[in-house]
Amino acid sequence: MEILVCVRRVPDTSENEIELNPAGNDIEREELVYSVNEADNYAVEEALQIRDRVGGNVTVVTVGGEDDEEVLRRELAMGVNQAVLVSDEAFSGSDGRGIATILKDFVQKGRYDLILTGVQADDGAAQVGGMLAAMLDYPFASLVNSITEEDGKLKVSREIEGGNREINEIDLPCVLSIQTGINEPRYVGMRGIRQVASVPIPTLGASDLGVEKDSIGEAAAKVKRVDYFVPALSKGAEMLRGSREENAQKVLELVAARGGLK
Amino acid sequence: MVGIYSPSLSSEWLVPGRNLFLTIHVLGVACFVYIVAKRFVPLVRAEGDPRFDRPLTRLGKVFKFWLGQWKHPRYRFAGTLHILIFAGFLLLATRAFSVLIVGVSPGFVMPGLSGESGRVYDLITDYAATIVFLCMVVAAIRRLVFKPARYAVPAKYGKSRTADAVFLLGLIAVLMIADSLFAASNAAGHALQDQPIEALAVFSLPWMLKIAIGSMPLATLWALNVTAYLVHEVTFYFLLCYRPFGIQFHVETSLFSIYFAKLERGTLKPVRWGVPDERLDQVKSFGVKTFEDFTWKHILDFYSCADCGRCADNCPANAAGRPLAPRFLSIKARDYAFQHYPVLGKANNGKPLIGNIYSEDEVWSCTTCGACEEECPLLVEYIDKIVDLRRGMIDDGNVPQSLQKPLKALENRGNPYGKMEKKKADWAKAEEFQRTCKVNTVDGNNSAGTLYFVDSITSYDDRMHSIGRSTSRILSHIGEDFGILGAAEKDSGHEVRRFGEEMLFMALRDHNTDAIKASGVQRIVTSDPHAYNALKHDYKDAPPVEHISQVIAREVRSGNIQFHRVENEDKVYAYHDPCYLGRHNQIYDEPRAVLDAIPGLKRVEMKRSRDRSFCCGGGGLMLFYEPKEEQRMGVLRVRMAAEAGANVIVTACPFCMANIEDAIKVAGLEGTMSAIDLTELVDQHMVREVCPVKAMELETATCGG
Repeated sequence: MEILVCVRRVPDTSENEIELNPAGNDIEREELVYSVNEADNYAVEEALQIRDRVGGNVTVVTVGGEDDEEVLRRELAMGVNQAVLVSDEAFSGSDGRGIATILKDFVQKGRYDLILTGVQADDGAAQVGGMLAAMLDYPFASLVNSITEEDGKLKVSREIEGGNREINEIDLPCVLSIQTGINEPRYVGMRGIRQVASVPIPTLGASDLGVEKDSIGEAAAKVKRVDYFVPALSKGAEMLRGSREENAQKVLELVAARGGLK
Repeated sequence: MVGIYSPSLSSEWLVPGRNLFLTIHVLGVACFVYIVAKRFVPLVRAEGDPRFDRPLTRLGKVFKFWLGQWKHPRYRFAGTLHILIFAGFLLLATRAFSVLIVGVSPGFVMPGLSGESGRVYDLITDYAATIVFLCMVVAAIRRLVFKPARYAVPAKYGKSRTADAVFLLGLIAVLMIADSLFAASNAAGHALQDQPIEALAVFSLPWMLKIAIGSMPLATLWALNVTAYLVHEVTFYFLLCYRPFGIQFHVETSLFSIYFAKLERGTLKPVRWGVPDERLDQVKSFGVKTFEDFTWKHILDFYSCADCGRCADNCPANAAGRPLAPRFLSIKARDYAFQHYPVLGKANNGKPLIGNIYSEDEVWSCTTCGACEEECPLLVEYIDKIVDLRRGMIDDGNVPQSLQKPLKALENRGNPYGKMEKKKADWAKAEEFQRTCKVNTVDGNNSAGTLYFVDSITSYDDRMHSIGRSTSRILSHIGEDFGILGAAEKDSGHEVRRFGEEMLFMALRDHNTDAIKASGVQRIVTSDPHAYNALKHDYKDAPPVEHISQVIAREVRSGNIQFHRVENEDKVYAYHDPCYLGRHNQIYDEPRAVLDAIPGLKRVEMKRSRDRSFCCGGGGLMLFYEPKEEQRMGVLRVRMAAEAGANVIVTACPFCMANIEDAIKVAGLEGTMSAIDLTELVDQHMVREVCPVKAMELETATCGG
């Protein structure tokens, strides 16, 4: 099976303190450290596991700049067959639809049976996967938390409200957005990354993909960020100050009162 | 022919005794040589391990731990039994060989043992055989009736080995009886024949047997004599050839295991011996993945393990119900070796160990506290093996999710919490603290003679800030010209290395080494035993390093630090030895001396203290790992302190503090038990010249100056 995974490099919220810049139109990016978006990493692991079961190749692609090569290296170290950087000045300022358009053109340059995205980027809107599927006219399933292959189709399980699951059969080729927790991604250490340090990562630009310039970039973006703000802190937590037994009882009552216990 | 001559002159089933015994000798020795050669195969295929240096130091170890049986008395009863058996075996070795030779060459006497010395030797060995025999009886009764818990084999680790143990005890007992009966029948026969009688030691086994058979006719005695000899001979060779199949192999291998034992404490073996750091990239596979990835010494360890269970008995992971017992790391590996390198048939190897004989949780469960190695009478190494197995798992990407985040944060930010570098020295910037003590950052502009290496937990964990501040106040009180690295300090990498992530450790080490060198400091002090051990053993060119407890003890001795009386006389203190201060670095006395220097301080010892200290749960990355366990090690530890009658646990490690304070809550002992770091306690009780009461941050701190 030929699998494509679309990944993205994001500032890792667990390793950064996200603060607004003085202008209030973006976050302070000076001392940020970046990593591959968590859900995307699960998608790559899932692709690798499928490949190891049924054979084929895994390609990862990201739309971005030179800096984004580091996440592609990390995925190469995880064991993907190929990594491609899609980069062009014309892409900058694209909205979700623009990114989906670029990816659509990339997908049409190759032949993929299965396209995976993370369910959502830490700084994203969970929209590219769905749009990409629509543009390709492929079936789409979101929030996927398990995949099995069956007679040229896939059985995917989706997380639905309340922690329940539904099982869908889906035709190939298709686009799936992968939920975190679907697997346990393998660890990539410094040694792994060093070993793929010299693997070439091809870069494709707008002209390589034949992207129509008027459908991408800032000019074509129909969704624009107008503000960034940190929500005001609401009232603090309620402190229980009884004995251990009293507190336990009180917690039970509170949880039950808010529908947490059935 | 009737009379007592020599078994070599007998005739068994028409075969002359001499020929029969010669055949048994040749067959027995040939079998043994063949089996041992087979046992050598995995050692030859294993990784290299340079253990041929420092012969005198190694011989010293042999004298202390092999001949001197140094570790054995730690288990009083079993240890005494073992010492008796060991001494008996040593004494009987010469006798056994002479007896074997007598079967082929009548009248043979071992050189040096003719005449008077031979008679004394015979008397001694009569008793030796008797004592060994009695020890076998006692050991068998222990195994069958009293069944000490540490010999039990939980179902998950395989079958009980009691039958095998008792069988071996039985064989040795038979050997002793046969030997004694041979001597007794010789003496009894010679008495009947009016020949010179061998003197038998009074109340020894041969002496009693002689009385029992003394009235028998000569022909019966002769038959007994030859039969005893035959039984002795067959049992001897059977034992010799059976030993390489089980725990008794240590009789042969222990001498070598101890001679080649690891000489340095607190260190770890490199990824691959003989490969320098800069060429590690060329090593195809890291760590131990298949059996042959172990070094030959580690495989020798597996052969030598006597299954005495002392390691597991002291292992905190085992006590907490984690799926790890060091003993079975050895036993399972030995079973694997015997199965995959059979004595008959071809070797088949190459299976991954994880998933086949070891589980992932088993390997991650170890806190590297070193209790197992401290206890092992045969000096079997465990930490290096665990770390090598982890290196293999890291190399395969097989790492629990709970550890991946902190490892990545260490890579990105230089600390497992993913905190910003610029906040590393925030603990020293608190206004109130700065009024009592100024902590400089050493860099190009500021220099100092001493570096206080703070490390991650003390820098970033709110609770541990107080350890950093107390340490700083102590250093400034004694007039130390010191500073910290601040944002330039990354995690020491101690646990990163012990969790098998060697490349990440190297990056952290190189970064810190450069920063330390650039700072121009002459020496390092740290309040974190893990950082202490890393700087002392894992870093190559760091300046000399001391733990703060050593500094305090010295200053107390010289009178620079004086204490006022403890306020609350109801408090009873117990000192908990941090593993990386105590066992790994032998710093037991300094912290105790400091505590005892505080007037009025009541101190008790926990049953498990000093080199038998019980790990609190582990430091560094172990705080992030989610083990499968029945209870927390810390809770067990806190209960031990309560049992000892203490209500304050003093420790000298921020990780111990984290684990013990948590455990006090989990054990429901809040209010009756508390924990304090040695530096905090010293800070509270130091006599200061100028009374900085207002500025003191610790509530209980008072000023006696």
